[in-house]
Formats: sequence, structure tokens, C-alpha cells
Amino acid sequence: MKKKKKVGVRELYNKDSLKANKELWGEQESDFSRRGFLSSSALLAMGTLLGGKIVFGENMPSDLIPAGLKDSDKEFSIPGKSGDLIILNDKPWNAETPPHLLDDKVTPSDIMFVRNNGVPPENINVSTWKLTIEGESAETTKSYTIAELKSKFNQYTYKLTLECGGNGRSEFNPVAKGNQWTLGAVGCSAWTGVRLKDVLDDVGVKSNAVYIGYYGADTHLSGDHNKVVISRGVPIAKAMEEEGLIAWSLNGEDIPVMNGYPLRLVIGGWPASVSGKWLTKIAIRDKVHDGPKMDGYSYRVPKYPVAPGTKVPEEDMKIIESMPVKSLITFPKSGAIVKGNRSFEVRGHAWAGDLTVNEMYVSIDFGATWKKCSLEKPANRLAWQHWKIQVNLPEEGYYEIWSKAVDSEGKAQPLIVPGWNPKGYLNNASHRIACKRIDV
Amino acid sequence: MSEYSPENIKYAKGVVKYFNRLLALIGVLIIFIIIQLVNPGLLKPQSKGELTQLTEEVDAENLIENGIHVSSGLIVDEGYELVLNTCSGCHSLKLVTQNKGNKADWKEVIVWMQETQKLWDLGSTEGPIIAYLAKNYGQSKKGRRMNLENIEWYELE
Repeated sequence: MKKKKKVGVRELYNKDSLKANKELWGEQESDFSRRGFLSSSALLAMGTLLGGKIVFGENMPSDLIPAGLKDSDKEFSIPGKSGDLIILNDKPWNAETPPHLLDDKVTPSDIMFVRNNGVPPENINVSTWKLTIEGESAETTKSYTIAELKSKFNQYTYKLTLECGGNGRSEFNPVAKGNQWTLGAVGCSAWTGVRLKDVLDDVGVKSNAVYIGYYGADTHLSGDHNKVVISRGVPIAKAMEEEGLIAWSLNGEDIPVMNGYPLRLVIGGWPASVSGKWLTKIAIRDKVHDGPKMDGYSYRVPKYPVAPGTKVPEEDMKIIESMPVKSLITFPKSGAIVKGNRSFEVRGHAWAGDLTVNEMYVSIDFGATWKKCSLEKPANRLAWQHWKIQVNLPEEGYYEIWSKAVDSEGKAQPLIVPGWNPKGYLNNASHRIACKRIDV
Repeated sequence: MSEYSPENIKYAKGVVKYFNRLLALIGVLIIFIIIQLVNPGLLKPQSKGELTQLTEEVDAENLIENGIHVSSGLIVDEGYELVLNTCSGCHSLKLVTQNKGNKADWKEVIVWMQETQKLWDLGSTEGPIIAYLAKNYGQSKKGRRMNLENIEWYELE
């Protein structure tokens, strides 16, 4: 019932936003309210009804629906995604996975996190979808349909860890602006496609090539279809790695729309924003790619450690490359009550960007002592690794289980939040869950 | 011919009559305008089903509970409607309510949106918007690591 009414509002706005404003606002207030006054005065002035409450409203697209009529943020889930995701933002869609739902070795498609910057494309036609490779360091320009990619190149499947550069942002102090990700903007699923390297080689990469930059079919939130939402990329060396894919499949099925259907880049180990979704174009650049969100403070950290809250000049920021070593406890779910003196399994995953994880530890005494976990090798390079250990809580009381991974260069996860940076990237602090032992 | 000749008087009466009619017309217009200003709904024909529903919907969208504007999640305080109408054009208000900052922080975000995200010049509304945001979504002091919170306890099998 409620939903139907909302559609009514939207339809009215779609037909004639000025008229809709007039009818809706004109009807609404019986006292001498600001809204009533303004809509009426606007009526008399035969002027900008829509701008009634919005100064400089003439600069806004006329089909914007006033906030009073916008869809409620209650009772929704993301199309094609599990309702168990924690929704951080509905315009654009941003949602993370609760850690205990990441217990599978291969992250199921419907719980893989969503980080959108704009509006995903609609009415996608897979048979006419084209990927164009071009750029000043491309020997030529070539376009491929998805069918051509499938027939022309060898296909590969890799399990690749994708983590948002801002995962863990919510712990930074002072608060860093942006979606306040906690733990679950990460996943490791099986991606199938062709090697980015093979396609780049087919087009021809000039010796002066420095970077690749992707372009996708998503559109800007402002409604300006000429404005690129996000266009990032990686240095040529990273693009030429064997595990870099132009993928059309996630866990053996079509990629969910929110995760980039029908075609996307998947480049593991780096901020997931280098793995462009709804992929339509790759530019081979003779300089560091300069698309939106490559510049300024986006996906960049200070070149040197800074005190929390420091204003860092733009020229002192550097592009994030490999993600740091990190781990998650995916079992048990935080809040476990253990009855009596018994041992139980604690397990999860660990990953280290371009590197591998060499050692994995947990602590049940707030970091005073650590127990070494058994740790599996990655399924392939850039896939997360699984670890487990039997834990026994020595007496009744409140415990926290902390996890700490150590990478192949000896770097470990910090136990407190690592170095503050203006946009709150790269929080790889130890994951903590709460447990209790109760004896009966 | 006298100035007060019957013809002239008749003519003058005619002018007065038309003048009075004009005055009456202006009077009616003024009353109409005042009613429009005070209570625009009064002069409209009773709306059809859809509009009544829409009005209900508008009321639902304006619902305020415990000092929170329910549909957006914004704290109701001076200036929240400006924020509601200005910010929600492009993005969810969730992006506002999950963030924190002092006046300079919020100004920085506005400038960034103007430079890169097509946010328009906010003019005289910028001050009240920033004041609202800094007051209601200000920086909070927290340590380098918070206590674990919102724990849902359950028995481990």
C-alpha cells in the first residue's frame, strides 16, 4: 500500500514536477507556514515553485524530487543482493557484509559487498556490450564484444580478494569523511574471464606505457550523463599480472548488477576501486591515469606519517597501491557464550595485498599472549588464506578474541587503529570479537 | 455650459460607478491573494483520491519521532530542512548522518562537492547548513580503539 503511493508520487513528478510541487505543497499546510507561504508566493509570482525552499534552485535539475517525498530509507534491500548486508548508503548503494557471513572459503555472490560511486547502468544488452581499448600508448584501437572476448582469448578463473580502500574507516579519529565502513567491505570470490594482459597485448602496448585507466557505464549522481563517475587504474606492471581479469562471471554465474554486470575488471590485492565495474573502455596511458578519483585525496594517503587531524597538502599525497596485511574472524560470530570448560574452533581468513600471509595468531587476553593458528596457502596468488585454531577460555568471564596476521615481509596487523590519514583508508587493525564463558 | 450640468454629473456618476467596480474587483483579488497566502488549500476544489493519498504520503515523509526526521534520519534542529532539501538531491542523507565534522570539516566537504560533484553555489544557505551540521554532527572524542559495542549474545553450539 505504502509502496504504491510512493510510485504515485514519483509518477506525478515524472509527469510534471512543477505541477506536482504546486499541488502537493499547496494542499499541505493550513497555518501560515514557511512552506505554504513560499509555494503560494511562488504561485503568485508564477515563478519557481520548485525553488521555493531551495536557494539557487534554478541551478538544480528540474526533475529532482523534493526530499519530503523521497523514498523512506526503511524496508529495502539492494537489488540482487542479500538482505543481510549492512546498508551504509542507498544513493549511491553502499553495503558491507557482517564478518560472520564471510565464513565461506569462497564468498557467495549475493553477500559480496557493494561500493558504488554512481548509478549502475540499466537495460544492459550483453550481446551488444563492447569493450574498447585505446589510449596514447596503445598501438591501435580495438573493440571487443563479450562473445569475442570469450572466443578469442583463453579463459581463466581466479579467487581474488577485493577490499575497499576505505574498509575500517569508521574507527579513525578524527572521523574521516565518506561511507563509514566497519569490517565487511571485503570478499574473495571466484572470478572468470580473460586476462587483462592478453587483451592489452592483442591491442599492442607501446614501450612508453605507464598506466591503464578504466571507464564504466555507470552515471553520475548529479544526473549529468557527460560526467565520469570514477575512472581509476593501475600501473602497467600491475595490469600485466597473470591474475588480472576482464571478468564476466562471479562464482560461475553472471556478475550481480551491483557488482559490475556484465563486464568488469578484477585486479586483486589493491583497493577494489581499481577494478572498474560495468567496463566499457580501457585507456593505455603514457602517464599516471588522471580520471576522476585518481586525484586529490581520493584513494591516496600521506607520503609520510601524520598526526591525527593534520591538514596534508595535496602534493604530499600518494596513490594507494597494495592493501596491507589483514584478517577477519568469521567464526564464531561476535557475542558467543561458551557454556563450561570446552574448546571450540575459531577460524577466518587473512590476506596481504600483493603479498602472502606467513603467520596467523589469535589472543584471548587482549594481546598479552598469542597462539599460532594453522594457516592454508592461498588457492592462487591474491586469494585470501584460511586459518583456524582450537580455543579454550580458562575461566568464567568476558573475553575478546583478537586476530593478527603477519605478511611475507614480516609486517603484522596493528592492535590499535593504524596511522590516521585524511580520508580514512587502510585501517588494518586486529579484528576483535566478544565472547563469554559461563559455567552452569 | 455649467460644470454641474446634468450631462457632466451623469458622466461623473458613471466614472465613480466604474471606479467602484474596479475597487471591488481589486478588493476581491486582494482577499483571494490573502487566502492563498494564509491557507492555499481553502480555494482549491476538494482533491481526488490520489492527491489525498499523496498528501498522506507527504505527512508520512515529514514524520518526526524523538527529535529525528524519520524518513531521512536527520536530527530535527534549526536548519535541518535546508540540509534535507539541499543534500538529498544527489545522495542519501545516510552519507550525512554517518559522518562527523566541525565547521571547517563540513565546509571542506561542501567545497569538494562543488569542485568535483556539481554541487551548486549554496549562497546564503551555506552558513545555516554548516552551522546545523557542525552542531548536530560534530567531531566526537574517541580513543584509538573503542570498546566492542552492540554485542548480541548467543549460546555457542
